[in-house]
Amino acid sequence: MNDLNEMFFQECDDLLEGLSSGLNELENGSNDEEIVNSMFRAVHSIKGGAGAFGLDQLIEFSHAFENVLDDVRAVRLAADENVVALLFTASDHLSDLVDAARNEDQLPPEQGASILSDLKHMSGSLDDDSHAHDGRGEEDPPAFEPTTLTVDGGLPPLDDMLSPTAPTPLTITFKALPQLYTNGHDPTLLFRSLQELGSLTINADLSSISLLRDAPWSAPTLSWTIDILPDDSVDEAVIREVFEFVEGLCELEIQSHASAPPIETLPPLEEHTQVPQSGAPSLGPDPRETKETGVKPASGSKKQPAARSSTIRVDLQRVDQLINLVGELVIAEAMLRQSMDEMPHSANGSVDEAMSQLKQLSGAIQESVMAIRAQPVRGLFQRMSRIVRETSKEAGKSARLVTIGDATEVDKTVTERLVEPLTHMIRNAIDHGLETPDQRLAANKDKRGTVTLEAAHRSGRVVITLSDDGGGIDRAKVRQIAEDKGLVRPDDDLADADIDNLLFRAGFSTANEVSNLSGRGVGMDVVRNEIQSLGGRVSMQSEPGKGTSVTISLPLTLAVLEGMVVRVADQTLIVPTLSLREMLQPGQASVHTLCDGDRVLALNDELVPIINLGAALGYRTDPVCLGQQSLLLIEDDSGRRSALAVDAIAEQREVVIKGLEQSYQSISGIAAATILGNGRIALIIDTDQVIALPGRMGAAEPPAPGATGDVVNA
Amino acid sequence: MTRILAVDDSRTMRSMLQATLTDAGFEVDVAEDGVDGLDKLEGAAPDLIITDINMPRLDGFGFIEGVRAGRRMASVPILVLTTETGEHLKQRARASGATGWIVKPFDETKLISTIQRLVV
Repeated sequence: MNDLNEMFFQECDDLLEGLSSGLNELENGSNDEEIVNSMFRAVHSIKGGAGAFGLDQLIEFSHAFENVLDDVRAVRLAADENVVALLFTASDHLSDLVDAARNEDQLPPEQGASILSDLKHMSGSLDDDSHAHDGRGEEDPPAFEPTTLTVDGGLPPLDDMLSPTAPTPLTITFKALPQLYTNGHDPTLLFRSLQELGSLTINADLSSISLLRDAPWSAPTLSWTIDILPDDSVDEAVIREVFEFVEGLCELEIQSHASAPPIETLPPLEEHTQVPQSGAPSLGPDPRETKETGVKPASGSKKQPAARSSTIRVDLQRVDQLINLVGELVIAEAMLRQSMDEMPHSANGSVDEAMSQLKQLSGAIQESVMAIRAQPVRGLFQRMSRIVRETSKEAGKSARLVTIGDATEVDKTVTERLVEPLTHMIRNAIDHGLETPDQRLAANKDKRGTVTLEAAHRSGRVVITLSDDGGGIDRAKVRQIAEDKGLVRPDDDLADADIDNLLFRAGFSTANEVSNLSGRGVGMDVVRNEIQSLGGRVSMQSEPGKGTSVTISLPLTLAVLEGMVVRVADQTLIVPTLSLREMLQPGQASVHTLCDGDRVLALNDELVPIINLGAALGYRTDPVCLGQQSLLLIEDDSGRRSALAVDAIAEQREVVIKGLEQSYQSISGIAAATILGNGRIALIIDTDQVIALPGRMGAAEPPAPGATGDVVNA
Repeated sequence: MTRILAVDDSRTMRSMLQATLTDAGFEVDVAEDGVDGLDKLEGAAPDLIITDINMPRLDGFGFIEGVRAGRRMASVPILVLTTETGEHLKQRARASGATGWIVKPFDETKLISTIQRLVV
């Protein structure tokens, strides 16, 4: 049952996602009938599942919700602004209820009480009958008139009712109408059911049967008279239940014989069960017998016809395992190629051809395997639409979310870890970015602000942009705060972009008081750290009066990293290109030696400390001649720069990340490892930690942010 | 062995029906909606069909009408699986050719006894 439970909640997630996207379309003015239909079905399915699991709170709420959607669907209720707003709120609450149920919890009833009563009120203001059915609305009258049931005998006499141990014999007159047969019924099956309730004598009335050649086969009209002596505790209601499904498809009369002849005079019963025509099927054996004697299929021993479905569920660990193995395969392929290259050339074209085919194939396999973990960002974006609604409500602003490119696929881990930073960014955009409705009107803007979330694939990375059409960053204010907090000096020359990016500095918050809404005590620096821990970059652009946009650029997967292969003291190391800004050969003029022997690199107006990577990681103790070294300019999270001195720069390539923590302790300065084409292990440098390590060739003041714009990126 | 075709757009409900009915000794095929159900009808050759009402593409009523209009399976018993008990629904179900109905959430015993009432 747990599996089913799990499946139900997963399905709920999908349904809620569909509901939410339907609402967005509805809000954007779409009046496609199918949208409301599918929303109705989503809520209806949740209700159905909730019913199966006995989740009463969920049933009650989805029932009320469904009724309103049914009204919208039947155009009894116009989907105006108020209705859509209520539907949004209801959808949020439904999602909360599902979450609570998933955690085997309930929400305090008062939490949804007002929404529930709003929903009930909205549909209650309409004719109640319209909800009494599951169908499409009143436009479909029943296609036939239900036949009136004539019950001559009425209720059994009172004393019989009081003494159920003395069952009353009944006579049932039953005439099948043609539709009974076309609806898949078989009178003999009804008799079989009756047989379980008592002793029967069945007589077919053959008088209505005409000659074969005249028989209207489309309209067979046989009738039967059945005398039944019900078993103990079987009353007329139970017998009527047998005919429940054929009500309206037959003429039925049930007569009770309060003054029936004594039981002994009734003939022995089973033998007298007569089946009308010789051609009619006889009463089969009791189906329960078949079931008991039949061998129950042992679970798993017999393959069920598989449900055709477009998706399968796979344990995430298996996928990770597969990704790992494919990584190894790619490495093995590279190793093979390398040793082939080192062999004396034997002009063997077919091997070369096979090798390049192998390379192509392993590349294709790698891509397909990565795609398994990929997930559209739609779900993530739709979660954000709720944040927009809630935040704008709390902040007293009016905002809507527009999403673009929500089919863009990203590694599942990445989408999961984007929830927090995106939430925070959206709160910021609404709280600080958007103006109040009055301010917006005064600025000739739509009263309602727009927050746009866009995802796209760009040159092997995923770019997510959050933009608002608010007032833009108040740079004077930002600069003032930064000065007050000592982040910049009053005489620093800062470009607009530098000021914007001050927002990412630790401990910066523009809110005059720490706003509970966007702030929660943390600033955009937390967002930046989170994005960088995903191997991503984040930047901010703003135009006064027009709005602000924050751009996040992420790798497609966390399993592969783009790195620069470098050599230091006979070791091969990888420097992630993410933090790499520039590569240079130091000229004598640009390197300055400080009084304690540390060296710094003069880069335009900035002095950048030089880190002897070999020494910092403990590979060598003897000094190196900087003239023979190459420098890699790197930048850490907070914009601090250093130049890494290495012996040689080999190549830029993608490497498969292999974690070290499982086998070794975490080593300062080392992020992970990889296996190179020649089969050797190379360590991947953690640039942030390296910058903080002792062993640098020089110490310098933290660089002034003013230099930011002067350096051309690597 | 009695073969059943279960048509429901909810995969939870499909799994549930499949598990319950398989345990009860039936052979079960499933379909995702009315269109899928009609597609699978011939292959599944069911002795009985269970169908949901609210489904995309083709709803339960349409599906039943489709089955009844066909040639080979026209008289197969069809049970409607529904959350509603209203008279309107029953009439509508009957009108489109349903044999009977089960109210969701279904009681396992009731479901199986209802099925057994309708198959030879």
